[in-house]
Amino acid sequence: MQKTMQKKPSAKGVEKVTPYKVISVIILLLLSAFFIFTLYWIITGSFKDRQSVIAAKPEWFPSNPVLDNYHSLFEKPALRWLYNTVLICGATMLLTCVSASMGGYAIAKKKFAGRNLIFTIFICAMALPKQVILIPLLKQMSFLKLHNTIWAVILPNVGWPFGVFLMKQFSENIPDEMLEAARIDGAGETRTFLEIILPMIKPGIGALAIFTFITAWNDYFMQLIMLNDTNTLTISLGIAKLQAELSTDFGLIMAGAAVGSVPIIIVFLIFQRYFTRGITMGAVKG
Amino acid sequence: MQISSKHSMRMARRRENISGYLFMAPSLLFFIGFVIFPMGMCLVTSFFNYTMMDFSFIGLKNYSEMFADSVFIKSLVNTIVIVVVSVPITCVFSLWVASLIYKMKDVYTSFFRCVFYLPVVTGSVAVTVVWKWIFNNYYGLLNYVAKNLGLISTNVNWIGNSNTALGCIIMILLTTSVGQPIVLYTSALSNVDKSLIEAAQVDGATNLQTFWYIKWPQIMYTTLYILIITTINSFQCFALIQLLTSGGPNYSTSTIMYYIYYNAFKLSRYGYGSAMGIFLAAIIAIFSALQFKVAKTDNG
Repeated sequence: MQKTMQKKPSAKGVEKVTPYKVISVIILLLLSAFFIFTLYWIITGSFKDRQSVIAAKPEWFPSNPVLDNYHSLFEKPALRWLYNTVLICGATMLLTCVSASMGGYAIAKKKFAGRNLIFTIFICAMALPKQVILIPLLKQMSFLKLHNTIWAVILPNVGWPFGVFLMKQFSENIPDEMLEAARIDGAGETRTFLEIILPMIKPGIGALAIFTFITAWNDYFMQLIMLNDTNTLTISLGIAKLQAELSTDFGLIMAGAAVGSVPIIIVFLIFQRYFTRGITMGAVKG
Repeated sequence: MQISSKHSMRMARRRENISGYLFMAPSLLFFIGFVIFPMGMCLVTSFFNYTMMDFSFIGLKNYSEMFADSVFIKSLVNTIVIVVVSVPITCVFSLWVASLIYKMKDVYTSFFRCVFYLPVVTGSVAVTVVWKWIFNNYYGLLNYVAKNLGLISTNVNWIGNSNTALGCIIMILLTTSVGQPIVLYTSALSNVDKSLIEAAQVDGATNLQTFWYIKWPQIMYTTLYILIITTINSFQCFALIQLLTSGGPNYSTSTIMYYIYYNAFKLSRYGYGSAMGIFLAAIIAIFSALQFKVAKTDNG
């Protein structure tokens, strides 16, 4: 499946240049500028002083760039928010990768009773809105004394079936003969999994890891419900709080938005290839 | 001989069962504990009057209250408007972008893919706060630009006006939802069998004919998947609304998702919120099933 995904160098690269194409590309470039603009506005805004953010004539580029916004941002415990966010994303990623690679392998390759039923339930659950379960989940977390701890956000996300589904798609590419050979060689289940399966589904784990990390970073609704102590806030919650408290201090809010988005954008750009594969694999024969 | 082979087969099957479930154990544990169990609880609490003070069985009263609640109806209508407007635009727009970029050089393809994915990665909170500034009545860029272009004569309160607020929300939602479909379509289009396209072109098919008869059937499954995920995303649109308008002015931008949040977490009406949640889940399930069915019959 991965093999067919690579792009063939177009044999007919000398296609005619039609007016339609020229206009389309121009529109495409304009739209791209529009899509990049929000990020540009966040970053430039974060360096503007208090006067220029509320000036009647907006500055396209900060005429007098200042770092004040970042100073006051880090006085709110923005570093703490970042730390919490990274912790949540890291733990979600780790737990999801471990449980999903095991589960995905089992569904793809183990012929245990009830596997089709379990898989069907996983698929159906995926189509339901995650937020719907937040009400009982909040009660459950309070009962488990986990409300207002990062675990309240981590555990439900690990349970989300997308990971198992994705890893099943990757595990299906493993040839049965390899498993057979391992069994004849006398390798136990654990060894087979660690030494044969894991290396083969590594690209899948990479895709899932980066996908989970980015999704957890931006999972605002879950965080909003589960975390409300200043010390457990995440960066998304922090930005929302800044906006609620200081609605026109746009410079400071933009500094928050920059701190909340630039790190994850960098992560995305570095691992873009894996990420794209993760999204695409999820869709193949969905 | 036969007996022992039967015996060893049964042993093998049992081993397969045990190891299968052992490998499934961690994910099943999380899945049942934190997805299935709360889902069941959601259904149960939807039959209760469940608040801070009270927990008593009231049967279907939450559901009947729902349909008599004018704010709920308003939220339902808004949600449907958002879905009906944003899903087709997202799909057509992504297909258009993908069909332009998939033949480009790899560098350009991945550049455009990243650009259109950017708002998704930036995150709904960061995207929403910057748009809130751009839309601002007094200090926003939009009013400034629109005035200079002569489109408006006085400042418009874009998100404080019930005529424009929902439009603003749909616009932002669109920027955050085209990223994934573009990635999917780009990959699907580059997987279309090249020899078929060439054969069609040799036979003198126009671009439009090639697209309709050769490419479209082959990207049908991708389209279906995109329709379903975009529908689910549009139904769930929440951060945007909570941060931009809080459902106002006068509930003109309230959606079911927002209204659930408002009832359950602001008014502590957990039972009523759960009933709406169940209703929303049911609608999404029906929508997905319908799309699946339509796509299947289209495909022949």
